[in-house]
Amino acid sequence: MQSPLPFFPEEASNFAGKVDAVFSFVLFTCLFFAVLVTLLTIYAAFKYRRNKPDEVGSQVEGNTLLEIGWTAIPLILALGMFAWGAVVYVNYRTAPKDTLDIYVIGKQWMWKLQQPNGKKEINELHIPVNRDIKLILGSEDVIHNFFVPAFRVKMDVVPGRYNTMWFRATKIGKYHFFCSQYCGTNHAAMGGWVTVMDPADYAAWLSDETGDINPVSAGEKLFSQLACVTCHIANGTGRAPSLNGVYGAKVLLADGSTVTADDAYIRESILQPKAKIVAGYQPVMPTFQGLVSEEQILSLTAYIKSLQSQPVPAKGAGIAPAPAGKK
Amino acid sequence: MPEKHYLNATYGIRSWLLTTDHKRIALLYLASVTFFFFIGGFFAMMIRLHLLSPNGYLLSADTYNRMFTMHGVAMIFFFLIPSIPAVLGNFLIPLMIGAKDLAFPKINLLSWYIYVVGGAFTLYSMVTGGLDTGWTFYTPLSTVYSNSAVAPAVIGVFITGFSSILTGLNFLVTVHTMRAPGMTWFRLPLFVWAHYATSVVMILGTPVIAITLALAGMERIFGLGFFNPAMGGDPILFQHLFWFYSHPAVYIMILPAMGVISELIPTFARKKLFGYHFVAAASLAIAVIGFLVWTHHMFLTGQSTYSALAFSFLTFLVAIPSAVKTFNWTATLFGGSISFDTPMLYAFGFLGLFLIGGLTGLFLGCLGIDMHVHDTYFVVAHFHYIMVGGAVMGYLGGLHFWWPKITGRMYPEWLARIAAFILFVGFNLTFFPQFVLGYLGMPRRYHVYPPEFQVYNVMSTAGASILAIGYLLPMIYLTWAAFYGKVAGDNPWPATGLEWKTPSPPPTENFEVTPVVTWDAYDFHNRPDLGLDVPGHSAVVQTHGNG
Repeated sequence: MQSPLPFFPEEASNFAGKVDAVFSFVLFTCLFFAVLVTLLTIYAAFKYRRNKPDEVGSQVEGNTLLEIGWTAIPLILALGMFAWGAVVYVNYRTAPKDTLDIYVIGKQWMWKLQQPNGKKEINELHIPVNRDIKLILGSEDVIHNFFVPAFRVKMDVVPGRYNTMWFRATKIGKYHFFCSQYCGTNHAAMGGWVTVMDPADYAAWLSDETGDINPVSAGEKLFSQLACVTCHIANGTGRAPSLNGVYGAKVLLADGSTVTADDAYIRESILQPKAKIVAGYQPVMPTFQGLVSEEQILSLTAYIKSLQSQPVPAKGAGIAPAPAGKK
Repeated sequence: MPEKHYLNATYGIRSWLLTTDHKRIALLYLASVTFFFFIGGFFAMMIRLHLLSPNGYLLSADTYNRMFTMHGVAMIFFFLIPSIPAVLGNFLIPLMIGAKDLAFPKINLLSWYIYVVGGAFTLYSMVTGGLDTGWTFYTPLSTVYSNSAVAPAVIGVFITGFSSILTGLNFLVTVHTMRAPGMTWFRLPLFVWAHYATSVVMILGTPVIAITLALAGMERIFGLGFFNPAMGGDPILFQHLFWFYSHPAVYIMILPAMGVISELIPTFARKKLFGYHFVAAASLAIAVIGFLVWTHHMFLTGQSTYSALAFSFLTFLVAIPSAVKTFNWTATLFGGSISFDTPMLYAFGFLGLFLIGGLTGLFLGCLGIDMHVHDTYFVVAHFHYIMVGGAVMGYLGGLHFWWPKITGRMYPEWLARIAAFILFVGFNLTFFPQFVLGYLGMPRRYHVYPPEFQVYNVMSTAGASILAIGYLLPMIYLTWAAFYGKVAGDNPWPATGLEWKTPSPPPTENFEVTPVVTWDAYDFHNRPDLGLDVPGHSAVVQTHGNG
């Protein structure tokens, strides 16, 4: 049971303690100065109160040493706050390897979430405890923000791009999540619950078949419906590169640079195919902007991901050859 | 009272609507910003009443969203930004530097008309569908998805920006070219320095919001794709452009209030301001560094980590000049002769509230804390401590201080002290609980909320009711005092500024003889004309209309 006047929310992630620690440092430093200035003001107001109506104060211009002191000391403390906060934030913005990746789509005014095996949820997120979780965030319409107070993390969900956030839940339980970027009429209703489960329970929950179509097969179907398959031929003989083994690999581009084929690259290649042209190919692919929904992009991505283990053709693959002398 | 002064020099509605007297234009602004303050205040009251219950029975979701949006638009663009500069600055800057008017009196009148036209567009938007985008107009919500009257509101704010630019330009030219003989740069009252810094921000920043809103307006009205990702636009670009103005705009609101406080504290402590040069330099430093911190509103948009680090660092830097000012104000009190007249109570209130507002800014600038409290009530509480606790307290303190100069009559002292106390208590009760709400995780702009947040919301609403009384009282008694208050005399406090060396209310031309300045700002010791008991000097007895 919570106290009637709580001050800190529950600490339920790897970041909660870190954020609370830097918060407490800043809080006590600021309290010290606030109390100091307040006490000095009250003392001065009492000590130097006017006794006679025509009295004047003493003639003082200032004191350069004092000015330097009260510029330098707050500056040093401020830099300490900056540094500590920066360490926590950089950790938050740098996801570890081997995360459990969950797709999150925000739309006015609901959340659609998809587990790695394709299991879908609405306004509910089930995750295992003590496992690094990465959320890949996309929006169907306006900017939203995925915020879990008990985890002390949030990230904007921006249309037209993917953002990611990561955390590790440390306590089994049910926690609120909110949309914290104002998104129109029912912004306040756009929230739900994160359920943190024991890994065994999570595995059981995950395999409990609910009749959802597997995103890989949905993506495979789309891949032929949208006629992707007519150019992206698996054996590398098409007008477009084979997608076998592309996901996660480095792709050599026409301008000589390379790019890692991650979710964002695949999404961009579907919506703005001319943005990055694979070396050796013509910019002939039409855009699918407005023709595919964010959810369909996720399915296509899942399908392309499933081709990761397929044999890569010797010719006609989009993958960059390893530069000589390097691995 | 003098027989002829600026208020009775000419009569009739035309003599007001076509006036080029900076003092009359200041009163035109006073009437119009007060009008918008009470409109914005009404919306605020509706918001707080609605949030008494977690399920929010009072307003529908759409109505609530319109209330908080229009509260923000009315308060920021039509009250806070013009309040101190266009009312007190307009009235006082020529008087303080010994000039007959601003450099461009007709442009000054034009800027009021531009403000009125912009205000009319915005009011039109409020009555024909309202506005539900938040005062920040984030795209693509505002340009594509909103069903409210976005276009007239955007046009209104766009137009009003030009009023701000013209006022800033007028102040800069006036301060450069129209200072009285002997009024050197370092004899200027710090109120003038603060307005100088503010004017620089107005001139450099406002064109950016104008172009941003023009782009957003074109996207909304003609469907051109600047920010809409479905048309290849970038919604984050809008935020960069918007905050490039709107963060410095915070300093447009707070710098003038700091200027007022720098007048009140030396006057009521009867002592030179401690570290005059450092306080003047701090105003300029805030104006310059304030332009380099805008993406601290965007740490969680997915911006690059390096960018976040740079802007967090600069945000901590901009806090330092504000800290320097606070220390200098506090140091001024030591060795003073402090009275507790109403303007000084407002100055004390400002010190306390701005301290909390400024220090909580450090929490938000700190990346590791912002990732939790961003877009929660913590932010709401923080900026209300700056805007209301800082800017509005400064504005009200200034109105009380200069009311005898503006109207020639004193306000009722005890009633005013009680009102100042009510305001201070009501303000803290309204906004302090919101810091806790924010850390607990309540997002801002919510028309319904989980029941565990209710206790703090009820406190906040109770405080807002007290605050409302605190605002109504000064409006009533200041209006009353303008007609029936005790006659004030030229210099009732007494204070050292040039504005107090001319009758109250001043004549239309401000000074009958151009004054010659031979003293520093706030130099009570070299001002025998004030009739104070300076140690080592024999007091020259003068008569004052002091009550």
